[in-house]
Amino acid sequence: MLTLLFDGVAYGMLLFVLSVGLSVTLGLMNFINLAHGAFAMMGGYCMVYLFSHLQVPFLICLPVVFVLIALLGAFMERVLYRRMYNKSHLDQVLFSIGLSFMSVATMDYFVGSSQQTLVLPEWLQGRHEWGQDPWTLGVGNYRLFIVLLCAVLTLILQTGLSKTRFGSQLRASVDDPTVASGLGIPVNKIFLLTFAVGSGLAGLGGALGAEILSIEPMFPLKYMIYFLIVVAVGGTSSITGPLYASMLLGVADVFGKYYIPQFGGFIVYVLMIVILLWRPQGLFTKGVKR
Amino acid sequence: MNTTQAQTSPQVVLSAKDLSKHFGGIKATQNVNLDIVHGARHALIGPNGAGKTTLINLLTGVLEPSSGRIELMGQDITNMAPDQRVQLGLVRTFQINQLFSTLTPLTTLLWVVSNKKGFGSKWWSPLGTHGAVLERCNELLEQFHLSDVSNQRVSTLSYGKQRLLEIAMSLACEPKVLLLDEPVAGVPSGERDELLQTVAQLPSDVSIVLIEHDMDLVFSFAKQMTVLVNGAVLCSGEPQDLAHDPRVREVYLGSTQIAGAEHV
Amino acid sequence: MMGPNNMLEIKRLNRTKIWEWVVLSLMLASPFLFAERAMMINEIAITALFAISLDLILGYSGIVSLGHAAFFGWGVYAAGIFSKLVNPDPIVGLIVVMGSSLVLGLICSLTILRGSDLTRLMVTLGVSLIGLELANQLRDLTGGADGLQGVVMAPIFGVFEFDLSAKVASIYSVLICVLVLLFVRRLVRSPFGFGLVAIRDNSLRARAVGLNVSHRLMVIYAISASLAGLSGALLAQTTGFASLDVFSFDRSADVMLMLVIGGVGWLYGGVLGAVVFKLIQSQLSSITPQYWMFWIGLFLVILVLTGRDRIKEWFAGVSA
Repeated sequence: MLTLLFDGVAYGMLLFVLSVGLSVTLGLMNFINLAHGAFAMMGGYCMVYLFSHLQVPFLICLPVVFVLIALLGAFMERVLYRRMYNKSHLDQVLFSIGLSFMSVATMDYFVGSSQQTLVLPEWLQGRHEWGQDPWTLGVGNYRLFIVLLCAVLTLILQTGLSKTRFGSQLRASVDDPTVASGLGIPVNKIFLLTFAVGSGLAGLGGALGAEILSIEPMFPLKYMIYFLIVVAVGGTSSITGPLYASMLLGVADVFGKYYIPQFGGFIVYVLMIVILLWRPQGLFTKGVKR
Repeated sequence: MNTTQAQTSPQVVLSAKDLSKHFGGIKATQNVNLDIVHGARHALIGPNGAGKTTLINLLTGVLEPSSGRIELMGQDITNMAPDQRVQLGLVRTFQINQLFSTLTPLTTLLWVVSNKKGFGSKWWSPLGTHGAVLERCNELLEQFHLSDVSNQRVSTLSYGKQRLLEIAMSLACEPKVLLLDEPVAGVPSGERDELLQTVAQLPSDVSIVLIEHDMDLVFSFAKQMTVLVNGAVLCSGEPQDLAHDPRVREVYLGSTQIAGAEHV
Repeated sequence: MMGPNNMLEIKRLNRTKIWEWVVLSLMLASPFLFAERAMMINEIAITALFAISLDLILGYSGIVSLGHAAFFGWGVYAAGIFSKLVNPDPIVGLIVVMGSSLVLGLICSLTILRGSDLTRLMVTLGVSLIGLELANQLRDLTGGADGLQGVVMAPIFGVFEFDLSAKVASIYSVLICVLVLLFVRRLVRSPFGFGLVAIRDNSLRARAVGLNVSHRLMVIYAISASLAGLSGALLAQTTGFASLDVFSFDRSADVMLMLVIGGVGWLYGGVLGAVVFKLIQSQLSSITPQYWMFWIGLFLVILVLTGRDRIKEWFAGVSA
């Protein structure tokens, strides 16, 4: 049972890293980006290529993937996304679905539809166990690594937002882009940087999760709902909101699939609908956000 | 609360009793008591941020009060949904035009009138086939000088015409109490007179609350006036009297006379 | 009385234009004109009906739904299971499915009344995914991942048998599609229909002139669900088969795409979009499935970047 809890937390943290970029983009640019999963997928594929094919050390792969996907994100923002900020939500949905479709089809064409396998390095394989049934806590090394790394990332994000100058400029831009630019804050640059970092994090999440999730062309469509749930339930006005939402989601999914395998898959959807009916603005937001 | 000495019996049609609204620590509306009499031409003035639009939002049900009561013709409407209040005759206009951009003045008014006359959920007959609806719509189009643009898409109308439509829509709801939120705001000077004339010609049995900054309009139009400052009522009475009230002068201009008061 | 200009305008709004007569006649004639492509005609009619149902909530009421396939899927499976287990009469089946979809739509409408566009997107998507999972899990009833097989319908009115050539099927589907189109046309021209447009353009104002917005949305959502269910039922009845993909996100996205191609908010967009989409799909998907998805994606991106409004404005000018 505790093992399940731990697995759920690990899964949740992974979801968090994958989704946090989406949350910030939505909160910042009021942009519904359904193609967010595509960046995660690219991160996963990059990871597999770098680690399995080029034999780059695991720990070096991770930051490299982050930077690569962040650059991709920056490019996309500058060339495409920037034009979409003022369009209606329907337009944004159509646009990002279109991008998703394109990315799915492209990967399918070039790489094929089979799932990518990733064999973890030695030091990440294996697990430790403590306690006895039913309270055994089984901790896989890899999942432990994920939890620790994501916790560190969360701390960095949180302090980055609240303590740095960039952070306060970002928060100002979220509150009111017009006023912010009137104050001399380079709102365009902030958007660009934020989008890049968000996409980079998604890519990192894809890389980290390559062993747990399935990296295949349909990834953006399959996992999109999860990212959206995190954002919708967690809200877009904080970092901690999506964090708690991801944990909730991760634990619910793992427990659901274990205890009620028949319907475990859609426990999550029901949970989401109930939560959104109860609090349409999300579970963890302070007030109604756009 | 001062009640004005009117020629006819001053029956109160809309009243707010100890109405308050807090947003966290911010007290947007504080214990407001307001009585609107039948046939009122009641101006609601106050500096920016005084809470005038908040009060309108409370009265119309867009915002929920933190405490207090609202009564419309003696009936407690404090917890009533906005659309129900409209059905009872409490109608408002918006400071910034809130129109249906893809419709035309004709279809807009046809629809609003149909809705008011009880045909709103009829799905079988096309819009504009009921004689009573057509007549009323035509009246309104003429009254508000919209006949010449009646088939133009609302989004393409000039601001002045849009404003006229904004007010025409509220009249189409057969209001008993009409809350006009800065009706001439943003209207270019060429089209202002048309609008002012129309406002002045509104039926006398409709009780009107007017939020305005333009003191000319207030003094020519209003028979009663309430001054709102920081969400609370400063004073109420007849505009001529209040113009000389030192408290009011201080709030607005810091001890100089309110522009327009010389006319009185 | 009403000025002459305005009377003319009202008449013009409510008149059936010549091109409409042409389109409707073509639709009714298509099973006979293209008798050798009866299966295709059948599919197009079903898809057009599905698109029209979505237009009611997307084009006219402004609700962005990514899960309309939920009702379509319900219609497919409900009709299939009903005919297998209860009564194989097609008309009875249609009535039962429309009724149950209506109820389902009413229940689901509670989820779309509150919250932002994102919330609505989420819950509509969630509902369709739940549908997918349920159909997947209730294997004994639905056939699970293998799909529901062997749906055999009784003849329509006891006379017209569904045959392999799909001729009866295509006439059946087209007729129902046209009837629904006429009904919905009437609906959107009425005060009820204008209320929907008012909600789409400015729901705050709609409320402020006395419209009960929640009520109206619930009703239209239920009607839309009922029609989507109807189109699903037609699919089960005419093809004798149901598979899980009727609940998939692809379905919801495809029908939205069709509307976007044909133009939202004028009903015939659903018909036009369905025709164009199905024709192109049958050409392209035989080459490679991946290509199909790529081109749709590219089309969407370009369409949105260049501005849907320009296309819509053009259509508004043409169809007025």
